[in-house]
Amino acid sequence: MNSIFSGTRLRDMIRSIRACKTAAEERGVVRKECADIRASINENDPHDRHRNLAKLMFIHMLGYPTHFGQMECLKLIASPGFPEKRIGYLGLMLLLDERQEVLMLVTNSLKQDLNHTNQYVVGLALCALGNICSAEMARDLAPEVERLIQFRDPNIRKKAALCSTRIVRKVPDLAENFVNAASSLLKEKHHGVLITGVQLCYELCTINDEALEYFRKKCTEGLIKTLRDITNSAYQPEYDVAGITDPFLHIRLLKLLRVLGHGDADASDLMTDILAQVATKTESNKNAGNAVLYECVETIMAIEDTSSLRVLAINILGRFLSNRDNNIRYVALNMLMKAIAFDDQAVQRHRVTILECVKDPDASIRKRALDLVSLLINENNVKQLTKELIDYLEISDEDFKEDLSAKICSIVEKFSPEKIWYIDQMLKVLSEAGKFVKDDVWHALIVVISNASELHGYTVRALYKAVLTYSEQETLVRVAIWCIGEYGDLLVNNVGMLGIEDPITVTESDAVDVIEEAITRHNSDMTTKAMALVALLKLSSRFPSISERIKDIIVKQKGSLLLEMQQRAIEFNSIVDRHKNIRSSLVERMPVLDEATFNVRRAGSLPASVSTMAKPSVSIPNGVAAAPLVDLLDLGSDDIMAAPSSSGADFLQDLLGVDLGSSPAQSGAAPGPKAGADLLMDILSIGTPSPAQNNTSSIDLLSTAAINNSPSTALDTLSSPAPPHVATTASAGGMFDLLDGLSPSPSKEATNGPAYPPIVAYESSTLKIEFTFSKPSENPQTTNVQATFINLSPNNFTDFIFQAAVPKFLQLHLDPASSNTLPASGNIMQNLKVTNSQHGKKSLVMRMRIGYKVNGKDVLEEGQINNFPRGL
Amino acid sequence: MIKAVMMINTQGKPRLSKFYDFMTVEKQQELIRGVFSELCSRPENVSNFLEIDSLFGPDSRLVYKHYATLYFVLVFDASENELAMLDLIQVLVETLDKCFSNVCELDIVFNYSKMHTVLDEIVFGGQVLETNSTEVMKAVEEISKLEAASNAISLVPKSVSGWRGR
Repeated sequence: MNSIFSGTRLRDMIRSIRACKTAAEERGVVRKECADIRASINENDPHDRHRNLAKLMFIHMLGYPTHFGQMECLKLIASPGFPEKRIGYLGLMLLLDERQEVLMLVTNSLKQDLNHTNQYVVGLALCALGNICSAEMARDLAPEVERLIQFRDPNIRKKAALCSTRIVRKVPDLAENFVNAASSLLKEKHHGVLITGVQLCYELCTINDEALEYFRKKCTEGLIKTLRDITNSAYQPEYDVAGITDPFLHIRLLKLLRVLGHGDADASDLMTDILAQVATKTESNKNAGNAVLYECVETIMAIEDTSSLRVLAINILGRFLSNRDNNIRYVALNMLMKAIAFDDQAVQRHRVTILECVKDPDASIRKRALDLVSLLINENNVKQLTKELIDYLEISDEDFKEDLSAKICSIVEKFSPEKIWYIDQMLKVLSEAGKFVKDDVWHALIVVISNASELHGYTVRALYKAVLTYSEQETLVRVAIWCIGEYGDLLVNNVGMLGIEDPITVTESDAVDVIEEAITRHNSDMTTKAMALVALLKLSSRFPSISERIKDIIVKQKGSLLLEMQQRAIEFNSIVDRHKNIRSSLVERMPVLDEATFNVRRAGSLPASVSTMAKPSVSIPNGVAAAPLVDLLDLGSDDIMAAPSSSGADFLQDLLGVDLGSSPAQSGAAPGPKAGADLLMDILSIGTPSPAQNNTSSIDLLSTAAINNSPSTALDTLSSPAPPHVATTASAGGMFDLLDGLSPSPSKEATNGPAYPPIVAYESSTLKIEFTFSKPSENPQTTNVQATFINLSPNNFTDFIFQAAVPKFLQLHLDPASSNTLPASGNIMQNLKVTNSQHGKKSLVMRMRIGYKVNGKDVLEEGQINNFPRGL
Repeated sequence: MIKAVMMINTQGKPRLSKFYDFMTVEKQQELIRGVFSELCSRPENVSNFLEIDSLFGPDSRLVYKHYATLYFVLVFDASENELAMLDLIQVLVETLDKCFSNVCELDIVFNYSKMHTVLDEIVFGGQVLETNSTEVMKAVEEISKLEAASNAISLVPKSVSGWRGR
């Protein structure tokens, strides 16, 4: 009949599309077809609709737009013939979605078809509804679907059951309407209907607690009996998959039992026998059997304590792990990941096998195994496992190295028993996969090296050796450059030899060679070159004998195409040339970097990789607020030559460059707020010569920068050559902390440990609330909060009262406010003490209500504070 | 819940695709391409599972099987049993085999709407409807009979497979 109409037949269209040699040709054919279809739609001939839509669906699958056919779907659905309806519903499912308003129009047709006398039409309508049902449609059509669950034909019953799962998922309120119908489905003999009935019950249990209770009470025993029947039943060819009777039904039943048993000891008790039976009797040489076993293991893990069953379950997983089928190994790893929470020891027994899976040729398995290994590691096995992983790093695929090195780094950071081991492992990782290592990882390494004063010599020599071999690993080169710059003298003189080291002979010019190579390599990036330049400046003072050569290298960079490098080269050159008197103090060794602060910053800026250093030491006791600033800085460093009188410039450099982000207390304790303001101006590159020039700490700085007549670069001079971790830590927090140091908050000086930036907790047109934080040293769970209420309006507030509420894991203590009257544009203070029992896991959160009177009228303001700094 | 069913040939052409969460046509094509590029780079003798969080969001899994010139792909979330999904592909393929007696790519291309009929009898709105291929065939045949009675479209005869693929 097709030939009497205009246009091509579907089959011909498919043929001509398949005959296309190029994508452009195909587009041409499709465009022509679409044009024909549009024309045909405009003619509105009902005979062409069916074919048009069939073509459109094919075109849709190829990825071309077909929206113009949507109305045709509706017309076809409304037509009386079965084939038209069928293709119409098919189009409805493929071309439309539940968000489109066209769907509103289809609800009525669906309702009619759900009540149709032809059960296949009913089936079509159910199928469409199950695919595209929206919340509105669910409400409108739920009674029809509910009725159809009792339909005489099993095909309709099972479709209605699945359609109901979609409906209750869309509108959870409707769940209770379906509970009775669902429980009647559980008594079905027809396997197909039983599967869908169990699925519906599962859905109801997960969204409605009452339904869960109902099924737990009424149906648990029945379900167990059903499961026992199919487990023990004789061979049933129609539902048999590889010798297992209906594995899909098995799986659905086990899944439902899991929900019923979870959190209920009685129900769990009832099902132990059958679970044990399934776990022991199921054939495990075929995929279907393993699927059932896998589901059974998952159920055993989820239900209430049955330790003997769990042993059985983990043994099944152990068998899976040594299975030759990749799929089985894959799911076993998945499952062991969950099992580790219940029985760490049992999983540890399979450690060797799991470690083998890390080396699997299959990327999916490798990734899973690696995740699992990192969960298995503890203090006892860290050395052995890390060694295995690092050994494998050498031979692994390039594209796996990134994941692997990241995992090793986090493992090493988390569990390192001693610093020398940490440094050794990190050097190995950097040597093998340096280009994949993230910035924060090698920043952390530098911080650790800086803190391990007895290992400086060892580290710099090890790095020197490594960088000769692995000069293409960018991050290794960076760390090496930094260390050679800082500890070059230790490298050359073999200072602090450890017993395990072989002595090496490195001349001063060998050390400079390494840095020269890094700075001249064409593929070194900006950061590396900048670090190399700073290292050269430092070495120019450490190695006076070859300072001319160093100067030559620096001078060459004057011609660098990178503006930053060029400028720095000019500045450093003049330091080497003209400022010999201050050079040695300018390039003194960095003070020890504060690990604790770095970790807080890192955790704050990188929530994904929270790392806890093995030795959380606070090297700089910030609490000594009254101590002179030079002492303050020197306290932490053991082997720095003390040069208190001349270290002003050095201090400034370090302060700005290194500790910029780390110590508000320092800047607070620095020579008074005036100097602080000074520093601040320089930092902000305001550039106006400050009136406080007599302050020693800023003179050198300014004169250095003034050489090239651009005082506004003072900041850059200081911060960019500083060690790279500044780049991440200082950028955001640094400014804040300095400002913080200036703010007249007296509580600041008393703080110890990490500091937190103040927040604006609440702001309306009339009222602003600021919080500043401090932590008493004795208890990390406690935070003292000083709230400042600022009246932004021109009216006085009287009877001012601040109320706050916190969740259960917090405890709140409010001190009385400094006044209950808040004058216009004035402020009052109130101290709060918050104790966080989930310290380190959850952040603070608070609801508050503020009441006051303005001109005798009551005002109430409410708000929630979610922006507390992390880690309080 | 099953998120998508796809059949892609070894050249990357989609032969059948059905998404159970709504996606725009562009997104569907992007996902099909993404899945295909993952599949075609997989070596032989590796597991049938893929981690594809980048394409389908967290906690989604993909299982595929490679038959002759076609990849059969199922994408689903954590609530489904991976091994069972692998069996479901088996059920789907067995059913198609019965339906077209020795199914090949061309059968699928030219009987697009019948393919959907079969699929809709196995997977219903993202849930497993029926796993017994005999039952599925019964339902599909009834529907075909009804269609034939109305004389709308007829099945493409087997001789078409003489046509060369691109």
